[in-house]
Amino acid sequence: MSVTSRTDILRKLISARWVSPLLLLLLWEAGARSGVIPQHTLAAPSAVFATLLSMIASGELPSNLLVSFGRVVLGLGIGVSLGVALARVAGLSRPGEAALDSPVQVLRTLPTLALSPLFIVWFGIGETPKVALIAFGTVFPVYLNLYNGIRGVDVRLVDMARSFGLSRLDIIFNVILPGALPSLLVGLRYALSVAVLILVVAEQINATAGLGFLINNARDFMRTDIIVVCLIVYAVLGLAADFLVRVVEARALAWRPSLVEA
Amino acid sequence: MERNSPAFSVATLPQKPEPVVRLRYFTRRFGVNAVIEDLDLDIAPGEFVALLGRSGSGKTTLLRTLAGLDDVASQAVTIPPARAVVFQDPRLLPWKRVWRNVMLGLKGPQPRERAIAALREVGLDHRLDAWPLTLSGGEAQRTALARALVREPQLLLLDEPFAALDALTRIRMHGLVLALWRAHRPAIMLVTHDVDEAIALADRVLVLDRGRIAAEERIVAERPRHPADGEKLRGRLLGYLGVDEAAEPSPVRPIALADRRHPSAL
Repeated sequence: MSVTSRTDILRKLISARWVSPLLLLLLWEAGARSGVIPQHTLAAPSAVFATLLSMIASGELPSNLLVSFGRVVLGLGIGVSLGVALARVAGLSRPGEAALDSPVQVLRTLPTLALSPLFIVWFGIGETPKVALIAFGTVFPVYLNLYNGIRGVDVRLVDMARSFGLSRLDIIFNVILPGALPSLLVGLRYALSVAVLILVVAEQINATAGLGFLINNARDFMRTDIIVVCLIVYAVLGLAADFLVRVVEARALAWRPSLVEA
Repeated sequence: MERNSPAFSVATLPQKPEPVVRLRYFTRRFGVNAVIEDLDLDIAPGEFVALLGRSGSGKTTLLRTLAGLDDVASQAVTIPPARAVVFQDPRLLPWKRVWRNVMLGLKGPQPRERAIAALREVGLDHRLDAWPLTLSGGEAQRTALARALVREPQLLLLDEPFAALDALTRIRMHGLVLALWRAHRPAIMLVTHDVDEAIALADRVLVLDRGRIAAEERIVAERPRHPADGEKLRGRLLGYLGVDEAAEPSPVRPIALADRRHPSAL
């Protein structure tokens, strides 16, 4: 190999974005192996990877992930449906706005996680308070964004539809809701990240299954490798949720100029 | 849907068919301000009326009334059930493809085929599946025209539909509107503040000022009309609108009722 090609490769390596994370990983591995980073502080990346594989193979990770996933889906399902329903009523009618908007705005100021003691008193320590916390936390981002979206729909388009004799229901489904869809999707994206955040804390409530249960157990046995595996899974969960909304957006908002290839 | 016979000609109006629009002593107030006061208006089937007026003259209010957008209960207002509006901005739903926009709320059999036929008529059959935000200004306005025409309106309201277009596109749109009007014979009310546009297109020009009809001119000349033909009329109309360079020295000339009904050759 000539000297110039070697410097070329070096220059490429320096400017590549994946090099520094890889170096950090190698440093972490070296630190763990040499004993600079003790096992009970942070397990080596190789150990984490091995644990990940064995947890998948034993079915421990998939089964617990499924439990956590179920909580998020159920909580989100309730929260998003409630948020959409409330926003529709408040956004589409003046009496609805008068009746709903102020109470929702008041409840919105409560930090969701601060409600967990109350929810435990009400719902015990089973699945219900976990799902209820996620549901409560995800109502507001959906409500606020959709309500705003509905109110922000171009009045001129509504006038147009009325001039062509469309019924109120036709206008809602052809003009107002499609017009508010971009806002709803923004709300949905917020709701997804809120749901994962609440899941992490809610699962610390005396869980007997789920990612939080795995982390709690691992803490008791100082298994930092398992803790790191669960953290990675949480991160992947968040990324996957964001990806999902992006896919939905690309399909549902294909008409937007930024996504249109005219 | 009721249609005028093709033999019907606007120039030979005297036999007076039942008007499609009829307003008597129409008054519209916002607070204490009367935007429109004691306005009488008849539009015959298939008639092309241009409504001129400065901003704040009540044009928009009158148009909203004729479009059925404002509640005018307890007033003597007759408007046909089949009406359609082309607004100054195209007002297409950006989330529906062009042909779906034309089909919006369309009743009756085969709405898709009718929408496509209407788009072919305005020369947009190659843009059927386009998203509205990718259309040019002229294309968007032609889509709006197709959306109005596909409803086979007895009354077509045009609210300064060419104001935002460039001069060349505007001329082409004038030709298109005239062709469509000849083919379908709706009554048209064109709201504009362009005197030349009114002269080029209309059978009758109304000048609205402070909520009253300040002047009315009939035009019987054949289309296409040459701009030079209408010089005198142009000057008079500008005069009613209070533009100084007009032939008439007084800014607003009061018009006697007998004078108003008089057809004027250009």
